[in-house]
Amino acid sequence: MSTTSSSTSQDQSRAFHARIDDALHNDQMRTNFRRALTGIMAHRAKQFPDDAQLQALRDQARAVRANSLVRQPELLEQLERKLTENGIQVHWAENPQQANSIIRGILQAAGAKTVVKGKSMVSEETELNHDLEQHGIEVIESDLGEYIIQLAEEPPSHIVAPAIHKNRRDVAELFKRFHPEIPYTEDINELTNSAREILRHRFATADAGISGVNFAVAETGTLCLVENEGNGRLSTTAPRIHIAITGIEKVVEKLADVPPLLEILTKSATGQPITTYFNMISRPRQPGELDGPEAVHLVLLDNGRSRIRVDAELLDTLRCIRCGACINHCPVYVQLGGHAYGTVYPGPIGLALEPQRIGLDKVGTLTSACTMCGACGEVCPVRIPLPKLINRLRAEAVDGHPGQAGLPGHGSLRKSTEATTWKLWRLLYSRPGLYRLFAASATRLRALTPSKLGGWTRYRSTPKPAPRSLRELAKKEGFGND
Amino acid sequence: MTDARHNILERLRANRPATTPAPATYQKPLGWDREQRIASFVERMQAVRGEVHRIGDGDWMDWVNSELPSRGLRRVLVGRGDIGETVAGRHAAELDVRRYEEPIENWKDALFHDVDVAITGVRAGLAESGSLVLWPNPDEPRLMSLVPPAHVAVLSVDTLYENFAELVQAQNWAAGMPTNALLISGPSKTADIEQTLAYGIHGPKQLITLLVG
Repeated sequence: MSTTSSSTSQDQSRAFHARIDDALHNDQMRTNFRRALTGIMAHRAKQFPDDAQLQALRDQARAVRANSLVRQPELLEQLERKLTENGIQVHWAENPQQANSIIRGILQAAGAKTVVKGKSMVSEETELNHDLEQHGIEVIESDLGEYIIQLAEEPPSHIVAPAIHKNRRDVAELFKRFHPEIPYTEDINELTNSAREILRHRFATADAGISGVNFAVAETGTLCLVENEGNGRLSTTAPRIHIAITGIEKVVEKLADVPPLLEILTKSATGQPITTYFNMISRPRQPGELDGPEAVHLVLLDNGRSRIRVDAELLDTLRCIRCGACINHCPVYVQLGGHAYGTVYPGPIGLALEPQRIGLDKVGTLTSACTMCGACGEVCPVRIPLPKLINRLRAEAVDGHPGQAGLPGHGSLRKSTEATTWKLWRLLYSRPGLYRLFAASATRLRALTPSKLGGWTRYRSTPKPAPRSLRELAKKEGFGND
Repeated sequence: MTDARHNILERLRANRPATTPAPATYQKPLGWDREQRIASFVERMQAVRGEVHRIGDGDWMDWVNSELPSRGLRRVLVGRGDIGETVAGRHAAELDVRRYEEPIENWKDALFHDVDVAITGVRAGLAESGSLVLWPNPDEPRLMSLVPPAHVAVLSVDTLYENFAELVQAQNWAAGMPTNALLISGPSKTADIEQTLAYGIHGPKQLITLLVG
């Protein structure tokens, strides 16, 4: 292990722990998270009164996604062909820079100066807003949660509910600061109504709309968007240009795949049987039609996804439909909130996805933010074995056989002291004579146990071996070795 | 970027998983009769604050002419199809009816600010989720069901399907999708502040279904 990678992994760990420390000392934010997530979990549970039906639906959704991933290259080509036939222009981007420059190019060529945006986590990956603003294009987030955090200049703290860390007072203060003309209120209905008025003329005047995509159907060349507010529909209908951006894994084979995915997505995400709007776009405005964008573009972004295919187990990560259920049920996320992770995708799916996408050497420490309780794996609508994946990534991060796997940053978090400790442990436990000698000395010499054990004793009492081992006590009581 | 396309597809092909998962099985029909469909549709729509009025064999224009003026929804937008013809020909004197007949660019500002309610037809209804299915077209464009603060949708009981899966199959959507297809299940809403539901954020604040037949 080189010094450079050692200092990088130490920096990574130190920065992560500093963010964790900040998060744990922010009582108000932890209260906001606790309250919000408790509610969401209860709503989800109500949608699945019959466990057998839930399990059948999960099987169906998993099969749909798994099959789409196996045939992904063919389906992407089919999607491109169908979309092109339909008049939608398809662009490919390997990384955020390419994606941003494609989008910027489209906007500049059309002379577009203002953009309304529907919610898109993929655009967070590319930091699209920042790029466009640097080039003099004004971007307005139009999802209420996204609008709130855009005012606060913060990234989303949750993939479905981006402003989940804010309470009504935070929102009221933001509105007061940016819209002093509106009377101050902490009433949620009034705040919502204010947002409607603020954003309405934006929809009416924007030159272009940008959105994400929930499912892209190869069979028909259809882009599907799931939402409640109507901002997604407005962004994709009112301006003269619509640009959609999505990850390459979102493609599904056929239209019949969509109803089960839609059902389990909305039930898992927010505990709704269906969202207010399900918007299926297959063409730009056709001759004779009176509204809708004249040009529709789709940007397909890779950004590390195509290498998450080292083996079938890791490929499971890409089944994700971004419902956020794993995040909502994670006992670590509820304490930390989304910002502490420092990655676009937080929570269990972030732990599994980001180290593979970005590299274990860059964000592998994230995998330590897991108690292995298994809740995420139990609620995942497409049965991603999240605990298993996180455990696998932990092992890959400290593995001592360089080059054995294709994961970026494989073995980069290996520490020689830790590796030696475990080697000794293995030696001790595989040789009975040595083990007995160790147990005898640990119990007889218990007085010599150090009272300070680094990080462990900062918040806990020092563990002390018992005067006699369990094995000795059992033997004394007449129990045999079996 | 052709290079990006080539590189991405090459990587996907090179790392193809060895195993093929079992194919998906699809939902079986629920076997609901007409009354069950109606009951479920009404219950689900009302649960998300959608209004439903059973018109039966009566005349839905009676509802329009008596209710809209009393609710202050006087500036009415209709399309060029049958529904639009009916409203334009038979509306009460208090209603100011406008037809959507020119491209949006010519009157966007008026659409956003000078319309109280739009009345449209509906392609189908979904009983299990309480959804309206719309395929906007030149006669009833996309923004009608989105921009005005209230939307009145005329739905025939005969077009109530069990759910989305049944509809997609029965109408063979895979054979050809329209420019835009929509499922609408209630008025626009958000829970982005403290996970508390608030209605009427960007789309219609009121969604009124007139269930005919």
